[in-house]
Amino acid sequence: MIKLFNRGFKGGVHPPENKIFTESKPIEVIPLPEKVIIPLQQHLGKPSNVIVNKGDKVKVGDPISEAGGYVSVPCHASISGTVTSIQPHIHPLGEKITAVSIENNGEDHLSDNISFNPDYMNYSVDEMKNLIHDAGLAGMGGATFPTHVKLSPPEGKKIDIAILNGAECEPYLTSDHRLMLEKTEEIIEGFRIIIKILGVKLGIIGIENNKSDAISKMKEVAIKYPEMSVVSLNVKYPQGAEKQLIYALTERKVPAGKLPMEVGCIVQNVGTAKAIYDAVAYKKPLIERVVTVAGNIIHQKNLLVRIGTPIKNLIDYCGGFTNSPDKIIMGGPMMGVAQHSLNTPVIKGTSGIIILKSDKTYLGKTTPCLNCGKCIEICPMNIMPNIIASFAQKERFNDAEEFNALDCIECGSCSYICPAKINLVQNIKFAKFKISQKTNQ
Amino acid sequence: MEGKTTAEEILLISSAPHIKSKDTTQKIMFGVVISLIPALIGSIYFFGIRALWLTVLSIITAVFTEWLIQKLRKVEITISDGSAIVTGILLAFNLPAGVPWWIPVIGSFFSIAIAKQTFGGLGFNPMNPALLGRAFLLASWPVHMTTDWTAPLYGTKSGITTITTATPLAVLKDALKNLSIEDKAVEASQTIITLKSSYANLFWGRVGGCIGETSVILLLIGAGYLLYKRYINLRIPLSYIATVALFTWIFGGPKGYFTGDPLFHVLAGGLILGAFFMATDMITTPCTPKGQWIFGFGCGVFTGIIRLVGGYPEGVSYSILLMNLMTPLLDRHLKNKPFGG
Repeated sequence: MIKLFNRGFKGGVHPPENKIFTESKPIEVIPLPEKVIIPLQQHLGKPSNVIVNKGDKVKVGDPISEAGGYVSVPCHASISGTVTSIQPHIHPLGEKITAVSIENNGEDHLSDNISFNPDYMNYSVDEMKNLIHDAGLAGMGGATFPTHVKLSPPEGKKIDIAILNGAECEPYLTSDHRLMLEKTEEIIEGFRIIIKILGVKLGIIGIENNKSDAISKMKEVAIKYPEMSVVSLNVKYPQGAEKQLIYALTERKVPAGKLPMEVGCIVQNVGTAKAIYDAVAYKKPLIERVVTVAGNIIHQKNLLVRIGTPIKNLIDYCGGFTNSPDKIIMGGPMMGVAQHSLNTPVIKGTSGIIILKSDKTYLGKTTPCLNCGKCIEICPMNIMPNIIASFAQKERFNDAEEFNALDCIECGSCSYICPAKINLVQNIKFAKFKISQKTNQ
Repeated sequence: MEGKTTAEEILLISSAPHIKSKDTTQKIMFGVVISLIPALIGSIYFFGIRALWLTVLSIITAVFTEWLIQKLRKVEITISDGSAIVTGILLAFNLPAGVPWWIPVIGSFFSIAIAKQTFGGLGFNPMNPALLGRAFLLASWPVHMTTDWTAPLYGTKSGITTITTATPLAVLKDALKNLSIEDKAVEASQTIITLKSSYANLFWGRVGGCIGETSVILLLIGAGYLLYKRYINLRIPLSYIATVALFTWIFGGPKGYFTGDPLFHVLAGGLILGAFFMATDMITTPCTPKGQWIFGFGCGVFTGIIRLVGGYPEGVSYSILLMNLMTPLLDRHLKNKPFGG
């Protein structure tokens, strides 16, 4: 079942890791912010619907919104205090999204719903899934897909392997690394819950081999569960991408256009696994997460941050910028989103805040395509980025579709390697958008 | 150091990825220039300082022409990307060392103005500009281009001491033809055997030929640098050279099939220069691995055919130009199968 040799995938790139600054820094709890701004949409799917009003008093973990449909999750107060406003606010992904602002009353009162049940493994599968839904869990690797949906494959899709994603292949990011070292028991318990929900007999934890201490620690704890295996992966970007991870661990190829459940696998991030444990054992909703703050900042750290904290607080706590920054990225440098405001809040999928200066981020111009084919050589999905991007620029979206534009996982390897500095993945994203627009008409 | 987090930071919003690799078009072009320096130094040693002047003239004309045309087209001047310099060097490398000074000037001008800029400049030309320039010169001034050879220092044009008037491939072609003529057959047969002693001269470059094509070892050193830097890969050179070797071994011999001299054919003429430096020009060659293998194979077949039955003793330039024209076809129809597709 598990691939024994050559655990990797075809393609991919090797950007400089830059994890050395934070990989040995234990997680620090950042002081609570004066206020939090919690967007009603921090996940893929339908936005959640607000259930509180201006002036309401809330405790940590109280729900402030309910799911807006099946593929949706509720949001919760991450600090205790008073709801001061419910209005559109800057969101990390660019648009303004309605958000609930809560002013801190300094007391950090936990909701009465939060309590530990030592017998959590005896909940039924449905009870566990309900707890996960009610806790507002979404994929914390960054994709933020509603967890309860992911753990409920439709009838007919037989799942036999559960996979835990500890690859963390993006440069700079070390939040998953530190979680695996410091919250090992919780992650493994969360994985047990996942394995029970999916009803599988095999759980594989994939960790890149640049985190050898995490691999040892996880192995130490997982050893008492024979259904679990901890597997070391070659370091290459994007090893943490679902399809590549599944292939590296099991040699199964997810068919084009389909999901991992097609080959019997479900993948969850290690941070999500810990949140699952919190949700099922403690009925504790998703109100905080670990964020790596790295780059041109005085003190690079891994911080435990309440959801909704403005990123200004993180930057101030880390001592501020070392010099005038050129880019502030939410996420990793390969797939993250550039931010324009320090008032943007941390959301469920914020794995890192990376501050870059022009020496580390390319700000120069684009030159014409040399047809060198490097992008084709390294594409993990084996499509042809230069040709698709060219079609996109000429608005030939049918041709782009013919050249498998929809299979692009948007990892950014092509743009990274291109010597002409063409914004390949940006053009492909545009083609994908246009193609799906046409399909939805 | 006091950190600051004022809201007045000017932040750049652009699309992911936010980090890029260090290679640029300019770095690649200047890498190619560096890789050609060993061969240039060799050509000065073998053919005299004239080789340097012709190369310099060619480079200056190429760069000036690009500058002039871009100015007339009112587009951005891109001579600093180094591609015109590369074209200038490669054109000169395809000329006999004895040609008059205006040959590289006209050829270089043609390469940049017609073969490159009329199509839109870097990235848009369908055919290798240096080779198209050479083809133009060959068609317009065939006598200069096929007889203005210089004998190398301490050597002969043919690489063997018994013949001093022609270059190695021409000697072989002539000899193979004479095998069927009664009163020349014995001498031709002897020549073919003597040619086998010239491998060393062919390898080091002590033969007649175009400025940049003669020294196999110096070219391989340059190619090694390009491979180390990953500016070129081995698919096209390997398939090109292997195909030529196979083809000439099977069909190019004096005594019927499988009597050819593949080593001679690989070392002689412009094959090494062509396979590593011209057939690897990214813009005019396929972008997929499969396409590149086919491209190299096609070049090999054409080179073999021209060398053995065509009118010219050397076929590298035309072979590459013909396969350049097939590149769009190969790119369009050799679609990769996507992961899981």
